[in-house]
Amino acid sequence: MKDNFSPLDLLALRADFPILSETVRGKPLVFLDSAASAQKPRAVIEAMRDAMEHQYANIHRGLHWMSERTTEAYENARDLTAILIGAPSRDEIVFTRNSTEAINLVAHSYGRGMMHRGQAVLISEMEHHANIVPWQMLRDAHGIELLVCPITDDGDLDYVAYERLLASHRVGLVAITHMSNVLGTYTNGARLAAIAHAHGAKILLDGSQAVVHRAVDVAALDADFYVFTGHKLYGPTGIGVLWARAELLDAMPPFMGGGDMIGSVSFERSTWARIPHKFEAGTPAILEAIGLAAAIRYVKAIGFDEIGAHEQALVDHALARLSDIEGLTIIGRAQDRGGVVSFTMRGAHAHDVATLLDRAGIAVRAGHHCAEPLMRRLGIDSTARASFALYTTKEEIDFLADTLLRVREFFA
Amino acid sequence: MFEDVADLYQQVILDRGRHPRHAHRLDRFDATGKGDNPMCGDRVQVWVKRDDAGAISDVGFEARGCAICIASADLMAEAVIGHDAPGLRALSDDFAQMVRSGQSASNAALEQLKPLGGVSDFPSRVKCATLPWQALMGALDAPDETEAAHG
Repeated sequence: MKDNFSPLDLLALRADFPILSETVRGKPLVFLDSAASAQKPRAVIEAMRDAMEHQYANIHRGLHWMSERTTEAYENARDLTAILIGAPSRDEIVFTRNSTEAINLVAHSYGRGMMHRGQAVLISEMEHHANIVPWQMLRDAHGIELLVCPITDDGDLDYVAYERLLASHRVGLVAITHMSNVLGTYTNGARLAAIAHAHGAKILLDGSQAVVHRAVDVAALDADFYVFTGHKLYGPTGIGVLWARAELLDAMPPFMGGGDMIGSVSFERSTWARIPHKFEAGTPAILEAIGLAAAIRYVKAIGFDEIGAHEQALVDHALARLSDIEGLTIIGRAQDRGGVVSFTMRGAHAHDVATLLDRAGIAVRAGHHCAEPLMRRLGIDSTARASFALYTTKEEIDFLADTLLRVREFFA
Repeated sequence: MFEDVADLYQQVILDRGRHPRHAHRLDRFDATGKGDNPMCGDRVQVWVKRDDAGAISDVGFEARGCAICIASADLMAEAVIGHDAPGLRALSDDFAQMVRSGQSASNAALEQLKPLGGVSDFPSRVKCATLPWQALMGALDAPDETEAAHG
């Protein structure tokens, strides 16, 4: 089943994901909810199981063979992560639980530790709650102003307003998504960074969605902070990544205190470990890091050029098919977009649409997608969202479109 | 294709979801309450009017939600007429039991709400049906606006 518009051998790739051969209520699973969490290839499942069966102990402390080998595997995950996103140094990779924790780490350590009252954090109208709430907490606790950059009606960031906000306020930090989880919009990270730096601000890009669909190079972007999560990148839950410039991490105070993050401890005072360990208090997600490493190896072996081309073809096809459905409105018409298509259907709430799709075996997400302010900006309550992964097929999108026609009839 | 959702989307639910009869705020009311589902963004507000004996005499609502949620609110607005606070709490418990278990409620006041029992086969949708009742319970717990106005 070599897709006629795809360079990928989809039949072989889909065979790598055991769950894709499952049925749901007797129907083949059509999984179009990968933006919420992607399915896992056998390589990830086996890497984690192999570690537990053959090579596992706590890391960074045991003077024994098992601990040394496990430490190597964990630190190898850091090397692979650094290569994945073009980090200049492996010491700039901090493992967290997820993107949310990575953003909270920055809000706490950089925000409270290095920003001053009267400075502003600039976010956008299309942020996930994870990139809104930590900054509100910083604002309320630390006297920081919170600014919101508007988007256009097409769902692109308003770059003119962005520059104006930076020019007219004392923005210390920009925190903006690299790809919207609702609209699919890719923001121009390099442009955002250049403008932020011209006004003396640092920039954090939330790459939770972006890193899944394209090669990301934090050095080329000239970002200061970049966050993403493992489970959307075909890895396990419980492992996320914060990348930051070494000089920032060096200057920032620790986020959490505990074992593994110290230089020395006495009851009077403690000193901190060097980066990245300063930010990894306690036993980390060892098995999950090993799983993430396997996921990175897996996607790199396929290649982001191939993945990106395949998903672009899927998005184009989905936009064409869904646009043809009377009464269906696609939310977000950005020029540059990734594998996420949100829509509403006249006369049917997104939950009702999702329930009927589910009965056909199709998994989509419905609701506000953890982006309530964006929903308000768009004047809607909720959307249904189909999202694509490297294993998604053109036939699945056709099935979605055909089923949506029936859903429309049902609620007509 | 959708034969197996017939239990969930019975005709009365589709009709009430599309054309609710009580989806308006009351001009004169004694209490109001809200229900929120932060996981999906659904929101219901209900307004209630009581008679001299303390029993519900009128209910109106505004809902931002799906067909199940709106139909549930609309049917609730009729089922609760004539019930006082203890009766309403019992009704709410019986209704929650019905939509979770799928077992028909023995409570005669819930007869018209039986079509909502089909929700029990859709665990992720149970909250859609109970949200209006959560808003109603909020109204029961809210300070009585008439009394407050009279000091």
